Amino acid sequence: MKNLKFIIPLVVCLLLGLALFRGLSLDPRVVPSPLIGKPAPQFTLPSLQDANYPVSSKELLGQPWVLNVWGTWCGGCRAEHETLVAISRQGTVPIIGLNWKDDNAAAQQWLQQLGNPYAAVAEDRVGKTAIDWGVYGAPETFLIGPDGTVLYKHIAPMTMQDWVTEFLPRIEAARANAGSRS
Amino acid sequence: MISKFLRAGLLAGLLAVATQSLAIDTEAAFSDPALQHRYESLNRELRCLVCQNQTIADSNAPLAQDLRREVREMIAAGKTDDEIRTFMIDRYGDFVLYRPRMTAQNLLLWAAPVLLLLAGAAAVVVVVRRRSQESDIDTESEGPEAGQS
Repeated sequence: MKNLKFIIPLVVCLLLGLALFRGLSLDPRVVPSPLIGKPAPQFTLPSLQDANYPVSSKELLGQPWVLNVWGTWCGGCRAEHETLVAISRQGTVPIIGLNWKDDNAAAQQWLQQLGNPYAAVAEDRVGKTAIDWGVYGAPETFLIGPDGTVLYKHIAPMTMQDWVTEFLPRIEAARANAGSRS
Repeated sequence: MISKFLRAGLLAGLLAVATQSLAIDTEAAFSDPALQHRYESLNRELRCLVCQNQTIADSNAPLAQDLRREVREMIAAGKTDDEIRTFMIDRYGDFVLYRPRMTAQNLLLWAAPVLLLLAGAAAVVVVVRRRSQESDIDTESEGPEAGQS
């Protein structure tokens, strides 16, 4: 029994070491969103292409959809754009763009040159909607369920792998869930 | 002599200007000093999430400017400090606070110093008691040779 006592500090040390080692591989820039599992913040904003035509989050209820926060000033958005275009071609869910604190003409030109993956683009010139969604660094991509709750948030340029491993299974689950309830 | 006074005066003048320019806004947000004080102290409590080791009072990142504007508007609308903090936590999580709250998730972290202190004290008590018992036995059994080792 007495010899076993020497193991206690060793075990404590090992556990502490493991915890700290895990900390090394965590990214402090990724802040978990408190919105996950909560109702998505509502917005009605002018469309980027036509200010008379509003884009409203209410119209999207009843289906899973994706909100992608972007701006022409954002390098990561340029990096993920091709992927978004490819994802939109698959037509799984509508991708709504939130053009965050951007220049309207520059944003429209960007979409003409690089292709438009968005079913609609809402223009958030002052950044208030972005704050409601807890956005702090574009690009950020949210997945919203048919009942209007936020299911997932991706904070980094989107890759096809992110889409397949993180988004598609959640979309399928949300659809199955909504189907079984109705 | 004169140059000494001049230097002191110059230094005082520069320091006065420097403290004024510490606030990042170009002009005061409120003419009422009480509201301005609330505005500045709230800004010093809130984290700028783009530049994570700065408060929104220190940073001129666009997001920090927007968050300062939100704080300003909420104070002007008559919201309390707690309501403004809750607004930020609802959107950005506890991470936005520089002065962390006590919640169910971080209770262990808050209690850890007390728990460790108690554990240490308990260990000391146990060890001291055992040692004093052992030394009693030692002196009784070993007789004249005790104290040589």
